[in-house]
Amino acid sequence: MPELTPWQKLPAAGRTTPGSAPQPATGGWRTGVKPMVDLDACVNCLLCWLYCPDSAITLDGTTFTGFDERFCKGCELCAVVCPTGAISMVEEER
Amino acid sequence: MKSLLTGGEAIAEAMRQIDVDVVPVYPITPQTPIIQTYAKFVADGRAHAELVDVESEHSAMSAAIGAALAGARTVTATSSQGLALMAEVVYIAASMRAPIVMALGNRALSGPINIHCDHSDSMLIRDSGVVQLFAENAQEAYDLMLVAPRIAEHPDVLLPVLVCLDGFTITHAAEPVELVPDADVRRLVGPYALPHPVLDTRDPGTHGPFAMPDHYFELRRQQAAALEAAQIALGAAADALERIAGRRVGAVDPYRIDGADKVVVALGSTAGTIKDTVDELRAEGERVGVLRICSFRPFPSAEIANALHGVDTVIALDRADSPGGTPALHAELAAALYGSGSQLRGHVYGLGGRDLHPEDICRIFAGREAAYAGVRGEPCPA
Repeated sequence: MPELTPWQKLPAAGRTTPGSAPQPATGGWRTGVKPMVDLDACVNCLLCWLYCPDSAITLDGTTFTGFDERFCKGCELCAVVCPTGAISMVEEER
Repeated sequence: MKSLLTGGEAIAEAMRQIDVDVVPVYPITPQTPIIQTYAKFVADGRAHAELVDVESEHSAMSAAIGAALAGARTVTATSSQGLALMAEVVYIAASMRAPIVMALGNRALSGPINIHCDHSDSMLIRDSGVVQLFAENAQEAYDLMLVAPRIAEHPDVLLPVLVCLDGFTITHAAEPVELVPDADVRRLVGPYALPHPVLDTRDPGTHGPFAMPDHYFELRRQQAAALEAAQIALGAAADALERIAGRRVGAVDPYRIDGADKVVVALGSTAGTIKDTVDELRAEGERVGVLRICSFRPFPSAEIANALHGVDTVIALDRADSPGGTPALHAELAAALYGSGSQLRGHVYGLGGRDLHPEDICRIFAGREAAYAGVRGEPCPA
């Protein structure tokens, strides 16, 4: 945990700016399962990218490449919405 | 040149002059003439603000926060039950550091339901973190409304500023009021400049975030510092007003307290009656005076202790009760004068619009009035 800021140095009214969280890697809260993809089955529809509440689907331009485990919380939405069953959830070692 | 205006009309004139952008408001007696007059200015093309007809005072203050933080100079006005309904959001406005200017036509809180003046509505939000300035008359209500944006929008302050004017006594009574020319007021208040307006897309940010135990206390501490800064900002704004109008406003208004043995301390229009009574008693050789407090929040404790130094008897007059405790002004004075050697006593007076007459004030100075001054059935000291 970083050292907390004295009141004089906090922004007035606690206004926060984008990307200013000291620990943005919220993937540390993951439920114990994480998504895996079978790229041969992926049709690059990007539904997973649209639905992911944590912006944890990574792209190369407009092409699906995988998951950003720094932010994925293991909610399974991507696996549920995937029309080809290319995404499955696997247990991970904690 | 002087104009014959009610306090409500004088406030509306000030709103027209301070270049307000947004006015979210809900009508309530005795605030109504403020908004009625201002709405006419808008309808006649003499003011350009967006009048937002909201469904309640809770919504009025919510809309005011949004407008003020978006980057618009924002004014609202209310009274009594309206302020009670608004109270939840008043705290939020202060904590979000929204520089909203508000006129409060002071009126007794229900119940029993009543429309006349006392200060129970102001005291309800005493600890909300807003600046509260009490006017003595229509002229001062107008003057305070002119300086209010400078205090509210000062970068070290950024807090709502309430200009409190006694219901009916000031809001509805017509008095000669000296108006400042429009152009001078524009220069006095300047353009609305907020450090981080929400609508600035080049400077995105989250306003009003959730604060856990590791941050809530620090953010409350900031509000205390902002109120301290408001005291300095009031002094600077008073200097600026004096330069354009030749008149001052001040945190305290001492009247004939030099060499006084007894000084009454009060807020609002009653101080005018007390000043007249002091003149009469001084003519009879009594060493009496009055210290009117304009800035109730921030409370200028040091200035008051200094002004009352050496006074034998200080008498607090509260126009709001604190059942089961000590009324607000009395308690503040007890803290400010602790260890000073002055004797302090207090009276509650004027609840629900009960007048306080010069003969009542004479009895108060003489120590022959009950703690609840002017209540039928209350035994008075001999």
